[in-house]
Amino acid sequence: MCGTCGCGENLDVITITLLGDKVKNEEKEMVENYFLKNDHHHHYGKVHHHHHGNSLGHAHETEHDHTHEHLSSKVIQVEQDILHQNDLLAERNRGYFEAKNIVAFNLVSSPGSGKTSLLEHTLDTLKDQFHFSVIEGDQQTLNDANRIARLEIPVVQINTGKACHLDAAMVIRAVKKLNPKSDSILFIENVGNLVCPAMFDLGETKRVVIMSVTEGEDKAIKYPDMFHSAHLCIINKIDLLPYVDFNVEKAKAYAMQVNHHLEFIELSATKGTGIEQWYNWIAKNKRI
Amino acid sequence: MHELSVVMSIVEMAEEKTRQHGATNVEQINIDIGCLAGIEFGALDFVWEAAVKDSVLEGAERIIHKIPGRGKCSVCGNQFQMNNIFDSCPTCQSYQNEVITGQELIVKSLIVN
Ligand SMILES: Nc1nc2c(ncn2[C@@H]2O[C@H](COP(=O)(O)OP(=O)(O)OP(=O)(O)O)[C@@H](O)[C@H]2O)c(=O)[nH]1
Ligand SMILES: [Mg+2]
Ligand SMILES: [Zn+2]
Repeated sequence: MCGTCGCGENLDVITITLLGDKVKNEEKEMVENYFLKNDHHHHYGKVHHHHHGNSLGHAHETEHDHTHEHLSSKVIQVEQDILHQNDLLAERNRGYFEAKNIVAFNLVSSPGSGKTSLLEHTLDTLKDQFHFSVIEGDQQTLNDANRIARLEIPVVQINTGKACHLDAAMVIRAVKKLNPKSDSILFIENVGNLVCPAMFDLGETKRVVIMSVTEGEDKAIKYPDMFHSAHLCIINKIDLLPYVDFNVEKAKAYAMQVNHHLEFIELSATKGTGIEQWYNWIAKNKRI
Repeated sequence: MHELSVVMSIVEMAEEKTRQHGATNVEQINIDIGCLAGIEFGALDFVWEAAVKDSVLEGAERIIHKIPGRGKCSVCGNQFQMNNIFDSCPTCQSYQNEVITGQELIVKSLIVN
């Protein structure tokens, strides 16, 4: 533990690991900007040292020496978007993707709705047709990245530690490792969570929200922000429809209340039913 | 808990502005948060203390202006108060609405010394 700021030395760090392709090495790396618990975000862009020998970067510790200079208060008009920094980084990603003609899809859903299963099926079917790469986001484990690596698709796993969503800065770092080919498709599987990832633009071309028929029809109005920000809604696990009380039309109607621009595709990621529509959607978005 | 990331971004912004203006301490921070911005105000309160500790915001007075949601109906053009993103137009019951206000997430001003 670091005495000054209480940050753990090995906990709460983001780990970014490249798998697949020919690269099989696991690489762990300490990251400076993401000590969640205590936030070294304000040391942005600097390496965080664990020994604060002096109070550099901790301005308040010197304030007592300088109070005479600060007798009067002043107002700073800031007028800045709180997610400004993330949005700037997301735009950088977007520019990079556009320049390289990469389409990036951000896949979001509750845990277990079938994001990785859908990717597996998709990559297996289309890998001779397009160049793909994948960024996997999970709090822990390389499990999902290993599932993708088995298909010999270049994949980077981001382990977010305590963080419940990916952000644009993590994606920049992952993309650097991944070095995706020009004219390719990048899938970003976000952390399974229908709340937090909604606010964080990653620079994606399109956002895809997945719900499965075992989750209840009212997902969209329970988690409206996510459905509001998505372009496509996939209703997955339709092979289970005979066994569950899930009215597809009702689920779509709820989602349309939140976002009337939303497109829908119903499919089964494991059985492949309806998956052609998804492939068509990918091909359509690859062209634009 | 994305509220933590949001507060971290506020801290980062406050640190930067304070430094730019040669100040060391924030007395008061004014923030606009829309009611449709996806922020749970309780969660924000919950993480605030821990998140601002040892930053220029420690001990600062925090003033949050909640901006009510307003929507505009794409069918009849009516503007109305929106409490949820999925509210229907009270005039024509349509769900084809666009959010006009309520998604703000803005640091308005700081009082520093
Ligand atoms: N019956 C059925 N099961 C499915 C389908 N798609 C996924 N599953 C199962 O659902 C479980 C979760 O699937 P994943 O693909 O790991 O889900 P995920 O969204 O990637 O999960 P997280 O990464 O943990 O958020 C697995 O047991 C899958 O086999 C489907 O279309 N039909
Ligand atoms: Mg997964
Ligand atoms: Zn109307």
